[in-house]
Amino acid sequence: MTAAARAVRAISSADAAKPVVEVRNLGKRYGSQVEALRDINLDFPAGQLTSLLGPSGCGKTTLLKIIAGLLPATNGEVFVNGQKVTGPGPERAFVFQDFALLPWATVVRNAAFGLELRGVPVAEREKTARHYIDQVGLSGFENRYPHELSGGMRQRVGLARALAVNADVLLLDEPFSAVDEQNRRKFQEDLLKLRQVENKTLIFVTHSIEEAVYLSDRIVLLSPRPGRVSEVIEPRISRDRSPDQIRRDSAYLDTVETIWRGLRDYAD
Amino acid sequence: MTIAGYRIPPMFSLIFWAIVWEIVGRLGLVFLFPPLSHVVMELGQVLGSGQFLGAALLTLKCFFIGIGIAIAVGVPLGYLMGRSDTADKLLGIWVNLFVSAPLSALVPVIMILFGMGEATIIVTVVLFAVWIIALDTRAGVRDVSPSLLAMAQSFGATRWQTTTKIIFFAALPEILAGIRLGVIRGVKGVVIGQLLVSILGLGELFELYSRNFLMEEFWALTLIVFGFALGAAELIAILERKIDFYAGVRHG
Repeated sequence: MTAAARAVRAISSADAAKPVVEVRNLGKRYGSQVEALRDINLDFPAGQLTSLLGPSGCGKTTLLKIIAGLLPATNGEVFVNGQKVTGPGPERAFVFQDFALLPWATVVRNAAFGLELRGVPVAEREKTARHYIDQVGLSGFENRYPHELSGGMRQRVGLARALAVNADVLLLDEPFSAVDEQNRRKFQEDLLKLRQVENKTLIFVTHSIEEAVYLSDRIVLLSPRPGRVSEVIEPRISRDRSPDQIRRDSAYLDTVETIWRGLRDYAD
Repeated sequence: MTIAGYRIPPMFSLIFWAIVWEIVGRLGLVFLFPPLSHVVMELGQVLGSGQFLGAALLTLKCFFIGIGIAIAVGVPLGYLMGRSDTADKLLGIWVNLFVSAPLSALVPVIMILFGMGEATIIVTVVLFAVWIIALDTRAGVRDVSPSLLAMAQSFGATRWQTTTKIIFFAALPEILAGIRLGVIRGVKGVVIGQLLVSILGLGELFELYSRNFLMEEFWALTLIVFGFALGAAELIAILERKIDFYAGVRHG
């Protein structure tokens, strides 16, 4: 319960929050030519949703995969809960851009797959999976196969799978980029609702300014080639109103405009 | 299929050639081709004979043992080549060589090594079937979506779990296609092996019929072997269609 209590407090006083994920002097090179990331220093406070935003080629997905332990860093370090990252760990769960569902498995088995890999007994893991399938709004589809679902629904399965392993940190790699526009909006709204139930630290990669501003407590702007932190923005938007009100809020629109002015130099 | 606007029934080509065969047979032009109707009538005779039963049992036994070994060796071999570049470089050239080589030429060598018995026939079946199974498995394993592998890794899958829960199923359509082609080649292997040994099973029967110009029996036996090859391949194809639903959507 203490972890949850801490997370709740973190939301109410963002400045005092202890970072769950710390990135220190991180650099990444591919071969000797391509420098993807240079000298990244970032803290990700507990219970917050931080977006990594930037034009393509700024290394935002690379940074997320290094935090996930799926890619090694060339230099620098990542700490999660004070522990140095050397590979994937149970305190982090990843949501993939292309969903990465098993096409031969039903929704419930897919959602339970993280637990299956950990050796959780079948009855227990399916109970947990069904709970999260319901949470992401997919009840009734438990026995369907991924190819019978729309892109948005498939990504909901991907999200349920990440939630089911009960990790502290969710890493989302452009989760809505393969989802059509109206489903994306609905999904974004549902994600905001879900955050009020599940106290997770979320790190979210996106190239959509609107999406970042709509969802995030903090937005990290990355500049391209090599990727560096150019700015950290905290949109002060109160989220207890309806989605339509948020999207018409002047703070929301101003933040979108500010970020766009910062990024337009990188547009080709 | 349609010709000049008329729909041609699917079995038309088969029926057409059967009629041609029947006419050529009835005209008595070539003594090698008795009328098809006589051959078909002979089918029952051949199937009912004790000689055939013994030969068929021996053939089936050698065939299934051979295919079993080919799968047990071919699938792991293909997996190894799919996962390890070193193994692929070391073994790839040999597998590609054997898959296209005229393997019948090797049967006499096998005969010297394994004797004039069942072992030679089993080894021939393995030699005919194993390479295509390995190559198709390799293709399937190479083609597993990197994102599924990253997903397994991110949830802490062990190497064994990744192999059995992800790679095997993702490569299953290619593995089954390889086994289907292996089965077809295995039938060739079992017949060629027996023909060359020629004192065993169907080989002995083929020898007996052709040496004594019993063409009706000879063709009846040929039809049975063709039927078996098609039937066995079709059984695997049914299995393939069962998993077809995800073969095309693996990357989506």
